[in-house]
Amino acid sequence: MSKMQKISVLLFLAWVSFLFYAGIALFTGGFLLTRLELSNHSSCREPPGPGSLPWGSRGEPGACWMASRFSRVVLVLIDALRFDFAQPQRSHVPGEPPVSLPFLGKLGSLQRILEIQPHHARLYQSKAHPPTTTMQRLKALTTGSLPTFIDAGSNFASYAIVEDNLIKQLTNAGRRVVFMGDDTWKDLFPGAFSQAFFFPSFNVRDLHTVDNGILEHLYPTMDSGEWDVLIAHFLGVDHCGHKHGPYHPEMAKKLSQMDQVIQELVERLENDTLLVVIGDHGMTMSGDHGGDSELEISAALFLYSPAALFPSAPPEEPEVIPQISLVPTLALLLGLPIPFGNIGEVIAELFSEVEDSQPHFSALAQASALHLNAQQVSRFLYTYSAAAQDLQVKELHRLQNLFSKASADYQRLLQSPQRAEAALQTVIPELQQFLRGVQAMCLESWARFSLIRMAVGAAILAAACFLCLLVSQWATSPGFCFHRLLLIPMAWGLAGAIVCAGLLATTELKLDPVILGAMAAVGSLLPFLWKASADWGSKRPLAALLPIPGPVLLLLLIRFAAFFSDSFVVAEARATPFLLGSLILLLVVRLHWEGRLLPPKLLTIPRLGFSAPTGPPRHNGVQALGLGVGLLLCIRLAGLFHRCPEETPACRSSPWLSPLASMVGGRAKNLWYGACVGALVALLAAVRLWLRRYGDLKSPEPPVLFVRWGLPVMVLGTAAYWALASGADEAPPRLRALVAGASVVLPRAVAGLAASGLMLLLWRPVTVLVKAATGAPKSRTVLAPFSGPPTSQADLDYVVPQIYRHMQEEFRGRLERAKPQRPLTVAARQLGSVYSAAVVTALTLLAFPLLLLHAERISLVFLLLFLQSFLLLHLLAAGIPITTPGPFTVPWQAVSAWALMATQTFYSTGHQPVFPAIHWHAAFVGFPEGHGSSTWLPALLVGANTFASHLLFAVGCPLLLLWPFLCESQGPQKRRQPPGNEAEEEEEPLMEMRLRDVPHHFNAALLQLGLKYLFVLGIQILACALAASVLRRHLMVWKVFAPKFIFEAVGFIVSSVGLFLGIALVMRVDGAVNSWFRQLVLAQQR
Amino acid sequence: MKDTDIKRLLYTHLLCICSIILSIFIPSFFLENFSILETHLTWLCICSVSVTAVNLVLYLVVKPNASSKRSSLSFKVTRFVKCCVYFLMSCFTFHVIFVLYGAPLIELVLETFLFAVTLSTFTTVPCLCLLGPNIKAWLRVFSRNGVTSVWENSLQITTISSFVGAWLGAFPIPLDWERPWQKKVSVGRGGHILLNITWLMRGGLTIQTRAPGHDSPRCWRL
Repeated sequence: MSKMQKISVLLFLAWVSFLFYAGIALFTGGFLLTRLELSNHSSCREPPGPGSLPWGSRGEPGACWMASRFSRVVLVLIDALRFDFAQPQRSHVPGEPPVSLPFLGKLGSLQRILEIQPHHARLYQSKAHPPTTTMQRLKALTTGSLPTFIDAGSNFASYAIVEDNLIKQLTNAGRRVVFMGDDTWKDLFPGAFSQAFFFPSFNVRDLHTVDNGILEHLYPTMDSGEWDVLIAHFLGVDHCGHKHGPYHPEMAKKLSQMDQVIQELVERLENDTLLVVIGDHGMTMSGDHGGDSELEISAALFLYSPAALFPSAPPEEPEVIPQISLVPTLALLLGLPIPFGNIGEVIAELFSEVEDSQPHFSALAQASALHLNAQQVSRFLYTYSAAAQDLQVKELHRLQNLFSKASADYQRLLQSPQRAEAALQTVIPELQQFLRGVQAMCLESWARFSLIRMAVGAAILAAACFLCLLVSQWATSPGFCFHRLLLIPMAWGLAGAIVCAGLLATTELKLDPVILGAMAAVGSLLPFLWKASADWGSKRPLAALLPIPGPVLLLLLIRFAAFFSDSFVVAEARATPFLLGSLILLLVVRLHWEGRLLPPKLLTIPRLGFSAPTGPPRHNGVQALGLGVGLLLCIRLAGLFHRCPEETPACRSSPWLSPLASMVGGRAKNLWYGACVGALVALLAAVRLWLRRYGDLKSPEPPVLFVRWGLPVMVLGTAAYWALASGADEAPPRLRALVAGASVVLPRAVAGLAASGLMLLLWRPVTVLVKAATGAPKSRTVLAPFSGPPTSQADLDYVVPQIYRHMQEEFRGRLERAKPQRPLTVAARQLGSVYSAAVVTALTLLAFPLLLLHAERISLVFLLLFLQSFLLLHLLAAGIPITTPGPFTVPWQAVSAWALMATQTFYSTGHQPVFPAIHWHAAFVGFPEGHGSSTWLPALLVGANTFASHLLFAVGCPLLLLWPFLCESQGPQKRRQPPGNEAEEEEEPLMEMRLRDVPHHFNAALLQLGLKYLFVLGIQILACALAASVLRRHLMVWKVFAPKFIFEAVGFIVSSVGLFLGIALVMRVDGAVNSWFRQLVLAQQR
Repeated sequence: MKDTDIKRLLYTHLLCICSIILSIFIPSFFLENFSILETHLTWLCICSVSVTAVNLVLYLVVKPNASSKRSSLSFKVTRFVKCCVYFLMSCFTFHVIFVLYGAPLIELVLETFLFAVTLSTFTTVPCLCLLGPNIKAWLRVFSRNGVTSVWENSLQITTISSFVGAWLGAFPIPLDWERPWQKKVSVGRGGHILLNITWLMRGGLTIQTRAPGHDSPRCWRL
């Protein structure tokens, strides 16, 4: 019966976690677009496909796949230059002035050039692909691919582009690339430029620094002639959009300035130079960008050369081309190989022969450029589809067939030039069809938000949160049935999954596990929502539906709202301790307010003589105040280990986060090392002290022995490893091999010890002196007026407490005989803390390997972590009344404070929710040589380092329920202090045995605790998801919100797994205690 | 009796608010370059001094607790000295609490301390005036059933709302709007004084206008 309850509680928790996972997965599928990055490179020597290269260019010096048309390029990148900013203004009615808007018709020089030199210049409307953020666009404009937020395979530690790109091809070919402007390029192409002038792009309010900086260097550099490619990235227009929006007069000024720049550049151009003016993306009506609306993706592209480029005059309406078309075009015009991953299509017009009047040769030239391009794209597709499966197979086949047909046609054309004209008419469209098909296919899978998935994912998350709230409330109601709770949703979930699978099978679509999971989640959520709405119909009071007390609700709301502001997300490291401190002070004040801190006589008013004391004060006022102040102090100290986010340049990270090995100066290093080892020893001593106080370290059970002997060995191992790691460079050469070996063995040994300790704990979780108990009772009779073997649960329920009492008396008797002076506490206290002792031991065993993954000085934070959670538990226990015989509840403020503290520890262990801040060195602890080809082990190590606090606090969550029972022991102890109370019939405090006595309430309380914790965490992930979807046009979405969502999601998964393990551990202990009692009963029967 | 008390209460609160508002405008006649944003430290000093003065004068004039049995000079002097000591102690306590809440330890120590002084004038000074240097009475007033008179009730409400206002003042700090007032404020946690004052005023105003009507049922019950 009880076992069934336990299983159903665990299954229910797993199912709720699954609901959250399904929501997260679905949302992620719609929001985070992913793509695999290939590291292959194109080179001059390797043509992209078989067939002779056109025009016999191989012999020419400096020529590559194609002979170069231009030796120099000036690329002017005006950030956020929307197409209509550059569009020539034509008044439709002559004589009437056109519509006057600040951004219209300000680039007059473009219009003039187009009118005067129609064969030299061309304006295009280039379509950028989402996400329209500058960094992604720069990647696209140099690699020719469709960058997504996560380009899998890229190095998270830096933003440097690893894919083949134009800049890399230029430097390989020995061209001098000079850059000036936005410093994003510095991160993307470190060390690629022969000369560079970077200006900070961080401050969006600053319109002029970057532009003026460029203008200072642009003309002198150009005149000096020491360049082949000159890139100038102006930011003023973009910043003006963010600050004022396009409709502000400032925009007109900025655009006029750009016009001036273009004009001056045009005057300085020589015949062998191509001028490219391009906007990387557009902007919305309000001046923002990032999404996929028409205004954001339409950007201007303007080409000009003093030499004639085009055979015909420009069309009336500028042509629309994809933005990445520029990449293959520039590559071939400059005589470079097209970057390997490019999927853009060359602008065929540019490859026609201008001087040659014969249209036939022009078309042939265009066809050969297109064919080269198509060969390269086909090669990329082949390589990519071999490495990743995210492209549609059918479409891929269709495109490959198309390409082979076009290629065959092209070869035939080359071999038989007599029927060329007719053949050209079919080859060029075929090649273009192939290239556009590839682009459409890639766009489909790489660059489109799926709003439906996002919405449904967020809805599932919200419903799961609601479910947690609802069931955590039901769990304490008296007629609560575990089986119905579990079986119904499982059945519905299975039904949903089967229906979905059937539907998909009939429509012959591919089975997507994410969608299947989501359908199962929705299916199983429906009956709950149905039941909830039925309850709503029966007019329950609203207060019962929202059981969270006011201040905690406010706190959760603040936390929820804070995820929607990028400033608050960035400042979360400082905001969380503030909120936690507020909650702690609130707890202390509330204790005082409710009169639990002071003896009632102080609070009653003597004159009026009325008093309503709310129960006897269990805590001394000074003690509670001390706990509060101690907690604040701990939090403040932990805040010293703070890493700054990149977004706040003024902030300086704590120097204590770096490993000791990076320190110079022996004395300081030694002192720090001493402090770190001191922290380790203090941690060990604190845990042992606690176990000695609440349990007993003298028991011969294996886990206790392990705590006594194994833990010090682990501390020694850790200290030795730190000594080696911090002083490895100073070791004498003879000992190098030894040191290297030890630094491999020691961390693994510590981890192995911890694992074996956990195994021991799971194997024999009850650490009570069984021998003494089983040996004794033969001399006495059982006190119970009950005979015969206990056959039913009712019998057991009746007998077990009696046996428990009896056992205590036995111990008393024995102890009195042995040592008459000693107080009678041993056995009962051991049994009274059996659950929490197991949890604390497990936490300590987990903490040591996690500690090893961090830098040495973080050990101080781990010490603070244990200290502050201890203080918090004590403070919370003061406010939680024990209601025997149940139902037991854990108040919301306890759960929220616990979750807040987990977040605070995440930050104070030197983490930040951005990818460059991940502690990559954790992957090399115990594996100094790296991991070879395996990826899961380093990922596991880095993940354990990053989410250590989530894991520890989630596993320790059951302590919130157990601690008030532990604190119960303090009251009677004090009263026992005066001597001569041996005769007093004092009841030994039952402590955690109260929980065991009512298994139904115990299980319900565990379920409730788990659900409340999941709710508090679920609210956070829901807020992150909503923020990411609502603000997907925000400037900071890829820099702040998306990484925050990812970290929060992974943190949630780690936390839920930890919570499950923690509760399972408590249940395992409970089962062991029960079987222990049963053995006792059987022994007494005999 | 109750009605007159409530009326007097209303007037005292109005006076307090007036003194805060006047402390914004009056000094600009005497001091050059005075403005809340630029010379916020000076303004804070003036503000807290004026509030303290108003509180003291009101205490002497209104005498809400006219139950001091002994009235010898030495008793009064020791009482006054005790009050000063209590005030200083509360300033230092607040300072320590702000530092614990994240204010920088060494930089901006002046701002932080001035903030502590301001908060003390809004919370400790009224307590001292009304209850005297008597910690037990303070503890009594700030617990659930400890209020005995209209005066104590208003004291409870205004003090708690001052703390809440100070707490709310921390929220605009991380925002990056780059407004001039925010630059002053976001210098550090200690610097969020300005906002606190506005919150104090606003909080005080709403409560004080509401106080008479709101408090009467409880008064009658007592």
